[in-house]
Amino acid sequence: MLSYAPVEAVMLEQRAADLAKRSIKSTAKRAGIHLAIACCDLTTLEGKDSEGRVRSLCAKAIAPRPGWPGVPSVAAVCVYPSLVAAAKDAVRGSSVKVASVATAFPSGLSSLGVKLADTQAAIDAGADEIDMVIDRGAFLSGKEDVVFDQIAAVKRVCGDVHLKVILETGELGTYDNIRRASDLALAAGADFIKTSTGKIGVSATLPTALLMCEAIRDFHRATGQRRGLKVAGGVRTTKQALSYLVVVKETLGEPWLSPELFRIGASSLLDDLLMQLEKDVTGRYAGADYIPLG
Amino acid sequence: MSILEYAPSPETTAPHIRERYGLFIEGRWVSPASGRYVPTINPADESVLAEVAFAEAADVDRAVRAARKAYDKYWRKLSGAARAKYVYRIARAITERSRELAVLETLNGGKPIRESRDFDVPAAAAHFFYYAGWADKLEWALRAGRTAHPIGVCGQIVPWNFPLLMAAWKLAPALACGNTVVLKPAETTPLTALALAQIVAEADLPPGVVNVVTGDGSTGAALVEHDDVDKIAFTGSTEVGKIIARATAGTAKRLTLELGGKAANIVCADAPLDQAMEGIVNGIYFNQGHVCCAGSRLLVEERIHDEIIERLRARIETLRLGDPLDKNTDIGAINSRAQLDKIHELVDSGVEAGATLVQQSCWLPERGFFFPASFFTGVQPSHRIAREEIFGPVLSVMTFRTPEEAVEKANNTPYGLSAGVWTDKGSKNMWIAQQLRAGVVWCNTFNQFDPASPFGGYRESGFGREGGVHGLHEYLAH
Repeated sequence: MLSYAPVEAVMLEQRAADLAKRSIKSTAKRAGIHLAIACCDLTTLEGKDSEGRVRSLCAKAIAPRPGWPGVPSVAAVCVYPSLVAAAKDAVRGSSVKVASVATAFPSGLSSLGVKLADTQAAIDAGADEIDMVIDRGAFLSGKEDVVFDQIAAVKRVCGDVHLKVILETGELGTYDNIRRASDLALAAGADFIKTSTGKIGVSATLPTALLMCEAIRDFHRATGQRRGLKVAGGVRTTKQALSYLVVVKETLGEPWLSPELFRIGASSLLDDLLMQLEKDVTGRYAGADYIPLG
Repeated sequence: MSILEYAPSPETTAPHIRERYGLFIEGRWVSPASGRYVPTINPADESVLAEVAFAEAADVDRAVRAARKAYDKYWRKLSGAARAKYVYRIARAITERSRELAVLETLNGGKPIRESRDFDVPAAAAHFFYYAGWADKLEWALRAGRTAHPIGVCGQIVPWNFPLLMAAWKLAPALACGNTVVLKPAETTPLTALALAQIVAEADLPPGVVNVVTGDGSTGAALVEHDDVDKIAFTGSTEVGKIIARATAGTAKRLTLELGGKAANIVCADAPLDQAMEGIVNGIYFNQGHVCCAGSRLLVEERIHDEIIERLRARIETLRLGDPLDKNTDIGAINSRAQLDKIHELVDSGVEAGATLVQQSCWLPERGFFFPASFFTGVQPSHRIAREEIFGPVLSVMTFRTPEEAVEKANNTPYGLSAGVWTDKGSKNMWIAQQLRAGVVWCNTFNQFDPASPFGGYRESGFGREGGVHGLHEYLAH
């Protein structure tokens, strides 16, 4: 039985805007950039993805800036299920994990059997983490038990494999729904709740991340369990990434400032983080060609 | 040490501060008749920022005569559109110098730069922009067939909590309506008003339309008692407001007063709690609680009392107290030693009365006037901390069981400036709002301001409205 936690948009957005005004300079900026890199899920989710593309992404994930000491590896690469084996092979020997989207990503509109088989196939191929999508149609039509049961069923297949549950907040329409879906996913066994697929117009926003942090904080207070947050889609700049870190820090606290409990799913963010890091060290901006491709 | 410890991030803009400021009378900077100057300080480190002229009755008389002359000779003869041009000019100049004014406000008043930069200065500019737009449309603010006439010379006395913004609230409608002004800033925070005087001078307003006289309560009293002042507008304490009301009684002077408050912030069990928490925090800790409409009495439904207290206890630990010029500071300096003493005295009375004090655990700077974010639980309606305006970052938490009881407790105060209501149920929200005797009721939000929205009090919180069309009526003869 979920309790009902209503959300007021005006004040939620005001609080998020206030947190975005935190001024992150000098030592804090460098620490924040390092942390953001370490929390990155470097992602490629395109129809034209190939094994070659995935291998080049993995090389960058392991060593984002070769020759620069102190720049960490990213947390994971995130790919489609059919590319998990190639990715797993490419990251062997490093700390980088392989995450796979599954359950009929990105719509989630398939039978439970297909979703579970999709998940199982990704795990069999070696995926360390599964990014599933919820059935937004079921959620919005009030079939919350269907959504809950499907998350729980996927989690049973996952076992110890980390499960991130994508709510696709841009399709849920209201903050009340986002809060409700967050509570539902956490109760059903999600290790992480994740904002978006990155496949629709509205992806992660700061107020949405704040709201999901509040759900995770309340879940922790109620159960003592720490669950994670992944923001994905539309996070392209260092400034944005630092704002998300501030929201996590001031809402959930220090323990969540770790790839164990916070991730940023992005494809181009890493380049901006590296560029800002270089600017911080050398005082100059490097041209795009000085940042290696992934 | 935190993984992501915010490094110091001080605002580096350095405003130009003169060593010594005269009085701004008839478009010029003049010396006070007595030759007396007093220092004005930075409450965050007690350093002297400048010396400011001390105006006595003779100086006030000179300023009022300048205002009268400007009224008769220039300002009343100008068309609304011509006046608007000047008021727009002031608005633009504030916007252009916004960073400098924000730093000055923070230096002299102690408020966090984040607030002066994002609230005080933009809101001040917005007020001038808004009333500039009214200057040539005043008939539309009146009933059909009436014509708009200014009142004459206005004496305006503003407080130290929002020095520039309160000056803007007073000056903008007065000028747009065709009045001339003698402005008296607060004793502890004259610098932004003096910067505004410089802006007025550079905007080429006819000499004497705006005059600024600095000093203390005696300066204000001289202005209130001057025979040739047609209207007094005062924002400040209820105590002084009563003195002014007595002094103007039986005279032809018109009067508006915006005084103290002890606002109830009512949180029902079905409220959006995370946002209510932000409303509670903003309601009492904004500007160190130096806010007349602060939500200083928190009324929570008994069944969520413990939950709210637990959340509030955790939330105040994330407030960053310290250097007001640091962009990450949430709680800056208390405005003056006198105010700090008053806060201590009232907090002590709360502890003595048996209420439980909870404070953020933080280091207080050694110099300057600081007080940590605080709240009291176990407060009874009879306690002084439940009745008197503390005007500091100190919240008194009480409980209620039904909406009727919430209303009864909320209205059980001599004040009536603002109130807040938090519930997810629209009908309950509207019912409570209608029962509350307060000039402004915020529903599921707090401290929202707009130049188009009137602001003012009930009962001992004063009378008259500032902002919106209502604010024009206070500066038109009818």
